[in-house]
This record gives sequence, structure tokens and C-alpha cells, in this order.
Amino acid sequence: MTAMAVADPALLTHPPVTGDRTRRRLSRPGVALAGVVLVLLTLVAVDPGLFTSTAPNETDLARALSGPSGAHWFGTDQLGRDMFARVLYGARPSLLVGLGSTVFALLGGTAVGLAAALGGRVGDEALMRLVDVLLSLPPLLLALLAVTVLGTGTVNVMLAVAIAFAPGYARIVRAEALVVRRSGYVEAAVGLGLRRPVLVARHVLPNTLGPLLVLGTVGFGTSVIYASGLSFLGLGARPPSPEWGAMLSEGRDFLSSAWWIGVFPGLGITVAVIAVNVVGRYAQQRFAGRAR
Amino acid sequence: MVPRPANQEALTFPAEPLLVVDGLDVTFAADPRSVPAVRDVSFRLDRGRCLALVGESGSGKSVTARTLVGLTGGRSTVTARRLAFAGEDLTAFTEPRWRTLRGRRIGLVLQDALVSLDPLRTVGAEIAETLRTHRVVPRAGLEARTLSLLTEVGVPEPEQRARQYPHQLSGGLRQRALIASAIAAGPDLVLADEPTTALDVTVQAQVLDLLRRRKQDGAALLLISHDLAVVGGLADDIAVMYAGRIVEEGPAAQVLGDPRHPYTRALLDAVPVTHAKGARLAPAAVRHPAPTPSGCPYAGRCPRSDLRCRDQLPERVVIPTRPDVAAAEPGVADGRPTVGTGHAALCWYPTVDAPAVLDAVDDRPASGAGPGVGRPVTAAALLEVDGISKRFRSPDGTSRAAVRDVSLRLHPGETLGIVGESGSGKTTVARIVLGLLEPDGGTVRFAGRPWGGSGVREPDRRGRRRHIQAIYQDPLGSFDPRYRVERIIGEAAATAGVTRAGRGARVAELLEQVGLSADLMGRRPLELSGGQRQRVAIARALAPGPDLIVCDEPVSALDVSVQAQILDLLAGLQSELGVALLFISHDLGVIHHVSDRIVVMKDGAVVETGEVAQVFAHPAAGYTRELLAAVPRPVGGRTAPPDRGASTRVVVTTPPAP
Repeated sequence: MTAMAVADPALLTHPPVTGDRTRRRLSRPGVALAGVVLVLLTLVAVDPGLFTSTAPNETDLARALSGPSGAHWFGTDQLGRDMFARVLYGARPSLLVGLGSTVFALLGGTAVGLAAALGGRVGDEALMRLVDVLLSLPPLLLALLAVTVLGTGTVNVMLAVAIAFAPGYARIVRAEALVVRRSGYVEAAVGLGLRRPVLVARHVLPNTLGPLLVLGTVGFGTSVIYASGLSFLGLGARPPSPEWGAMLSEGRDFLSSAWWIGVFPGLGITVAVIAVNVVGRYAQQRFAGRAR
Repeated sequence: MVPRPANQEALTFPAEPLLVVDGLDVTFAADPRSVPAVRDVSFRLDRGRCLALVGESGSGKSVTARTLVGLTGGRSTVTARRLAFAGEDLTAFTEPRWRTLRGRRIGLVLQDALVSLDPLRTVGAEIAETLRTHRVVPRAGLEARTLSLLTEVGVPEPEQRARQYPHQLSGGLRQRALIASAIAAGPDLVLADEPTTALDVTVQAQVLDLLRRRKQDGAALLLISHDLAVVGGLADDIAVMYAGRIVEEGPAAQVLGDPRHPYTRALLDAVPVTHAKGARLAPAAVRHPAPTPSGCPYAGRCPRSDLRCRDQLPERVVIPTRPDVAAAEPGVADGRPTVGTGHAALCWYPTVDAPAVLDAVDDRPASGAGPGVGRPVTAAALLEVDGISKRFRSPDGTSRAAVRDVSLRLHPGETLGIVGESGSGKTTVARIVLGLLEPDGGTVRFAGRPWGGSGVREPDRRGRRRHIQAIYQDPLGSFDPRYRVERIIGEAAATAGVTRAGRGARVAELLEQVGLSADLMGRRPLELSGGQRQRVAIARALAPGPDLIVCDEPVSALDVSVQAQILDLLAGLQSELGVALLFISHDLGVIHHVSDRIVVMKDGAVVETGEVAQVFAHPAAGYTRELLAAVPRPVGGRTAPPDRGASTRVVVTTPPAP
């Protein structure tokens, strides 16, 4: 018996499949870490009182501007408020604005995208040209424009950020819906005599949204940054309410003398955004791998 | 004729055939254990001969061919007692040596030319690359040689074609260009892996004829196919593979005319062209317990198997030549001995006259008793299509007539076959009949009421849609990817008024009707085999209780044996439920088998229509005759075609476009 082995890896007709999943999981400790961070952030946002007993707006001028220590892990600000408590309590409004604006952006984008894909040639042209116009503006400019029209405040910032991102989602939804609309299974459903709203709700919409939801998790991170940015400019949450963007803005004045006032809220934004992005991208890859 | 370089190795071993494969085993490493893909395969192949490896997907035929060019991949282990090409031991080959062999001395023709040809290079560049790589002709002569190769494979206007890209060519021209690049260097051995699958019959005949001429020019041809009919006209020897083993081998006429292994018989019976409507194609489903690893691999499906089959691998039995069969074989008529070891089968019971098993079922409904035949023509037509036409706009602004003035009548319980090559407008007609596309002109009436054409409003039609259902070529694409089998069929059942509570039972009932176990309800379509998917699609089509099912190429993507099962299922369901079928296919054999009446389409228009036997026996239109002549049939098959001898007529020229 003679043995022959073809060893050129370029000639592999079948890529190795064995143990792929285990290897991927082991090679991605970052994903696991990001997942843990995300769980912690969620807990903090739901009930910051679990992690600190100090109130975020309790002033103690005697301890103003003291650096990080055992008693005050993140130091105190110019009014002697505990920065650790403030960063923890800031998680909820900051993340909520990001979440809310993402949800609104997805809802608006889906509505516009579906209407364009299913609404006939005229409707499609009109809606997509509008989307083109909005996409030609930088999102931050669009958000600022929206705040100018809507007025300042947390809810308005949320809406403004949603308006800034909705056009992008609309375009993706339209493209996906066009593919799904021409698929064999939608045709088969038409052949069954399903009414149009039922058809859209049962087959078109769910198959369109799959990839979008994953995209939304990544978009959530960006929304948090934009919302914080608007707060930083003083257009969102107002002091003294703890919000990471607003706190960052306050800390700016003390950056040379008390770095901790600005750095820790900034760190909160950074960690939250990175964790969400890592998990989101992982989900994206998993989803793409499972799609047909 | 391609100038062939002197082959010194071959000259030193004059007694040995060009290709010797002895005791070949190929195993793929996989979790949790290794999978044997090829087991103890032996054959010989000499110049000017053609050996066909026949079997269903997964039988190991393609792996065997890939072994011969060293392309089995890094996870495979290849062992053989002897594996020699032109006297050289292939088991000792290293990658650089393989490269000198591939293309230069062994040409590989794959099934899908669109995938196999580089989309970014012109056809001419593709062919020239083989010539350049192996330095067959001097640089200056490259272009001339490329053009002469294209002419040789029958590509018209070679200068123009050489400058085109693969996607600009039709399927047949593409396949010919691929063959041109495979034979550019004048290889001694051509491996053709399903070279005609997915091609129209006339194109298929041209490609087969091209391969036949290569053989006549002295090349050895290893033809791989799942279709015994395709193989029949070309192969000198046939080896039937099942589960990695050669289960029957021998001269083509012997294997086709006197098949001894039950699997070979099943494959032959699955060829629809040789069977009239009403005859069963697949043997009755046999559900034996799976054989032990040391048993006959076919025992689980074999109607003859017994305990010995399950436990013990049969010995190779040499079958004595039947004189009446041998005389008809053209391959031995020239006095050359066959290359293989003669007719042999890997079966414990090769002499048992198995037709008893199959033919007992064969006569089930006599063809005259089939629904539709003998039905009074005066019965009201279920579907009336009158003078429909449809034009499509091309991106360049011009419009093209896909369907021109087509009229059809379909009576309840009848099967109307629409046959035509790709681009003949059959699918457009199907979509119009399904009400998915509106005709530009003409009308469609269903059950006596307007169904398609001007003045038909979708809200009026919607409620009646469940009476016309469809089965598609690609069932997977017609299932919502998020749905499980239960929901796919349940949704369709709901349109017939099945309540939510009764849906599970109804789905189980439908699954049983199409020969599937109710256990499959929880599966996703991706987890099903091709045959199972098509059965689920049929169950879904039945669920609303339709009067008409439009079948658009429902078996084109399936293996012959699975195709036979699906065709049997459709025939059985039709006689049971009395549903009418509009059956669309490019495969004349399939159309002949299923239809009561047929419509032949070409370039969007009806060329000929009539009773199926009438059209097949006395085709009136020249185009129909051309199509029929191109249908390959197993040479010397047990059942002779009803209307002509066993020889295969071949159309070499493309019919001119109007």
C-alpha cells in the first residue's frame, strides 16, 4: 500500500469545518469581556443604587475637588459630589438616550424604507431622493439642525439623533425589502392568496429586519456618542442632572487641575460604546454566517 | 487533430493501459470519524475509449475523478495498490508534478462552465492560458491556435467569441469553450464531470458529440454522470458506483442491456423517457434496517436484500456475456477487447431475475387508465389561455417578446406538458397562469371565470388563488427561511380554512401523503435533503386543495433516482386527487412520462401541440423532431423507446434564430 497526500492548502476543496466553533469562541476573549461589561452597564443603568449608597447630587463643599481615593474612587467635583456615584447614575440617561434614538431611528427608517420598497415607483423615487438629501448632510449637522427646530432637552436630543440616523437605516431597509419582495417565498405566499398587509407583516418585514437589528446594535454605540455630544454642547440634559456628556462638559473647565471630573464620564462613554460595538459586530458575523 | 507529444513513459510500458486504478480508497477526515468516500475502486482506461462512472450524488464518482488530478484536498487520505497514468505512479506525485499533469496531459471539464471560467477574462484568454502554461505552441502562434481550438469545438464566429466574456455566451457555447480550454494542450485523458447536466437537450447532444470526437481522435475519456441515458451513447464501459464502491461494471451494452445489480436496474428504471405515462419509475420504497459496516452498502434500499447482504459484503461475480446483447454493442464490434475486467456485479444475487420485483409494480395503472386520457374532450376546460403575449424591456431600452400569442387548454385532472429550451418562454407562461405576471395581451380564464389579462382585479382574484398552486425548481427559495416545515405547510393549509387547532394534524396528514414522516415537522428547510424539500413543496401545494398545480421544472435539480420518486409521487397524487397539472420542463423524457398532452415552445411561441404519444411518434414541426432526436437514451436499454431504435441521433448545428 502506498500513501499519497495532497498537501497544498490552496487546493483545499472543502474548508476545514471541524472544531471551528470552539476555536472561534476561544479566540474571542474580547467578546466575552464586552458581554460582561454590557451586563454590568445594564445593571447600573437599571439600578445604580446596587453599586453605590452615595446620592449623585449630594454636595459636600469641604471635600470639593479631591482626587480619587479609597472613599471617593473617582474623586469629587467642584461641589464635592462623588464622581463615582455621578458616573453610575449618569449611565441611565446616557444609555437611554442612545437606546431611544436608535429605536426611533430604526422605526422611522423601517417605515420609510418599506414604504419606498413596496409603494410603487413614484413613492420610491420621492422618498429615496429625500433620503439622499438627508444623507448628504453630516449626521451631526443634521442633529444640530433638528435640535434647533425642536428645541433643547433630553427627549428632543433623542429625536434629533434619531432623525440623523434614520435615513441610513431607510436605505438599508429598502434594499433588503426589495430582495425579499422578489424572493421565491414571497411569490409562493402571493400564490396562496394572502392579503398584502398579512404578506408584508408575516414574510417581508421579518426577513428584512434580521440584518437590520444587528446593524442597530452597532448603531446604538454611535447614537450614545452623538447624544453625549449634544449634551456636551449644552443642548441635552442640563446640570446638575448626571449625564455623561453634560458631566464631560463641566469637567472641561477643570481639566488642568482636576482631570478626574472629565476623564471618568468620558471613560464611561468609551467603555459603553466599545462594549456594544464588539458585541454587535460579533452578532453581525454570526448572523451573516447563518444567512443562506 | 491536436499534435500529441511523444509519450515516452507510455512507450516503455506498452502492455499497460493509459490509466490504471487498482484498489483505490479515498477517506476524508471529519468529525467525529473519518468518512470513506471511495472504497476499493479499480478500473482501467485506454486511449480512444470512454469509461463512464455513474451514480447518485455522494456515490464517490467525482472524488474518484479528482483523485486522478490530485485535487482531493488536504483532509483526504488516498491509498491505492496501483494508481498509474501513462506508466507513472501517481501516488508518488508532488504538487509541482501534478501541475505538469493537469491541463497538459489530463484535461478536466466541470459541470458549470459559468463558475469554472474566470468571469474577468475573455474566453480567448482562458484558452490561451492553458497553451501558455504548458508551452504548447510558441507565443506568436497563441492566437491562431486559440481560434482553431474554438473552431474545433464547434463555436461559430470564433474571432468574435474569443473576445467575449463567459457571461456573454449561452450555456452551450460556454460549455464548449470550457472543453476547448480543457483540451487545448491535447491531453491524453479527459475527465468530464457531469459535462451536460443543466444543459438543454440539443446543446447536450452537441457537447456529447464533441466529447465523442475527442475520443475518436484518440483521447481517453472518463465521463462522470448521474444519468445512464446520457452515458449510454458515448461510453464503451460503464462502472456504476454506490456509496463509494463500484457495484457493477462492464461493457456499456452489457450493463445497460443485462443489468444485474439491483441499483443499476433502479437507475435504468428511473430514466423516464423509456417509460410511458403511468409506469412507475422508482421501485417501491424499501425500508430495511441499515446494513452493518461490513455489509452490502445497498442492502438498506435493496428489494432483494436479506440477512447475508446486511452483514457481508458481496463478492464480485463475473456475469457471462449474453450473446444477443453483445452483438448490439458498437464498442466491441471493432474487435478490440474491453478495457475492464468484463461484466461483473458486486451482489449476492446477481442472477435473480429482478424485473419481477420492479415490473410487478410497473404495471400499476396501465397507461390508458391514467386520468385525463380518454376523458371526453367536450368537458369544460379548467384553464383557458387565449392568445397571451408578454414583452420584457431590456436595460438597453429595446423590448423582447418572451411570449407570443400562446393559447392553451387544460381540462380537469389532465396533465399538460410544456416543453422547450431555456428562453423559450415556458416560465413566463407559468407565471402568467399563476397570476404573478399580467400578460400584455390575451386572456386567461380559470374555471370559467376571468383569471388573467385586462380587467382582472387582484382583490377579486385573491380569494381564488388557492385553487392554483405551484411547485418550483428551487423549493428552498420558495420557503420562508425562518419557518419550520410545520409552519410552511400550515400557512398553506390555513388558506383552505383549516383552523389553528387542526393544523398540526392536517400537516402530518399532508406529510404522510407525500411520503414523509411527521417527525420532519420541526425541521427547517435547510436541514432537509433535496428530495425531501421538493416533497415538502408538494405538500404545501396540496394543502389549499387546489384544482391545478403548476410545476415549473420540479425535478430538474434532482438526481435521477430522486427525480423518479418525485415523478411517481406526482403521478400517484394526481390519480388519487384528480388535480390537473401544468408541467413545465426542458427534459423531454420527463415530459413524455408525465403528460397527457404536450405543448412544444420555441422563442415564445407554440410550435406544436397534441397528444403526447402522437407528438413523440409523429412530430409535425421540424423543431420538435430536432428536440426528439437529441434526447439521449440508454443504448440497448431493457425497454426500447416506443418510436425509434436504440441509436442516438445528434444535432450538431444550432438551429438558426428567426
